[in-house]
Amino acid sequence: MHELSVTQSLLELAQDHARGGQITDLYIVVGQLSSFIDDSVQFYWNVISEGTLAEGSTLHFNRKTAVMECRECQHQYQFNAEQFACPNCGSVQIQLISGDEFYLEAIEVVPMEQIPS
Amino acid sequence: MTRIPVVEKILGANDRLAEENRARLDTAGVYAINLMASPGAGKTSLIEQTVRQLSGQLRLGVIDGDIATSLDAERAERAGALSVQINTGGDCHLDAVMVHSALSELPLSDIDLLIVENVGNLICPANFQLGTHKSVLIASVPEGDDKPYKYPGIYRGVDALVINKIDLLPYVTYDLAYFQRGVEILNPGLKIFPISCRTGEGIDIWLSWIKEMVTTFQRA
Repeated sequence: MHELSVTQSLLELAQDHARGGQITDLYIVVGQLSSFIDDSVQFYWNVISEGTLAEGSTLHFNRKTAVMECRECQHQYQFNAEQFACPNCGSVQIQLISGDEFYLEAIEVVPMEQIPS
Repeated sequence: MTRIPVVEKILGANDRLAEENRARLDTAGVYAINLMASPGAGKTSLIEQTVRQLSGQLRLGVIDGDIATSLDAERAERAGALSVQINTGGDCHLDAVMVHSALSELPLSDIDLLIVENVGNLICPANFQLGTHKSVLIASVPEGDDKPYKYPGIYRGVDALVINKIDLLPYVTYDLAYFQRGVEILNPGLKIFPISCRTGEGIDIWLSWIKEMVTTFQRA
């Protein structure tokens, strides 16, 4: 249960980039192997963003599946916790290509000068 | 509406503070290890053994992370370490901020090796850098041989693995080859120490590795 502190980091990061504008949307990339739960982040977000320039904003999660690549035959395949080895040649010389991402890709803001007062 | 590209890690602030911790440890000549494991795997027992057996050779410090109580820090202190307890108040892992404040409570100039005992958990600690030099995971035999497959994140990120409670191997269903195969896939060439904190088996090899790491660090 660390989504609360994660959500706080997210808010700080978004505010650092918003140049004083009203944040309406946040685009977050979450890898399958990163242990963050969208629903929990969303829950805390509604509480934490209250009274900030991100109040009422929407979180968009772009889930990335974990992809492995075999070092022997270069076959790429989706990560499966039951069977790590390469389904093509059976090798265990494999590496993770994607799946542990956790970053803020972009935000959408109403620029400061356009916020209705 | 304006789209502003960010492309920054959400835990970037933690990572930056972890770098500060590392710089502080380096300046003080303290070698630090982040010790992670599930609850009951033997983190505190390994710390007790390590502190006792290295006393007189290295000066040890322990930062003890727990959700509540100072039982573990007391055990480390009785064994002869300088210790600080961090109660996370429900948080499932230590982060760089907590370690940062704990470092201020320790006389760093009197410590050669600092062991940071993380909160018992196989998921969250893997995501938070602390600034330590090495990460070590303890897997204990009774937890089962499927843990690398179920918790790949933590197995991928560590520098060494201790398999504790090997004295129980004759009594439990545990396929060591299956376990090690999962580990090898996730973290090829990972240093593995099969030990028993209860019987003392394998502890000497673990201790020589630690001593070697600290000596190499202090010479640099």
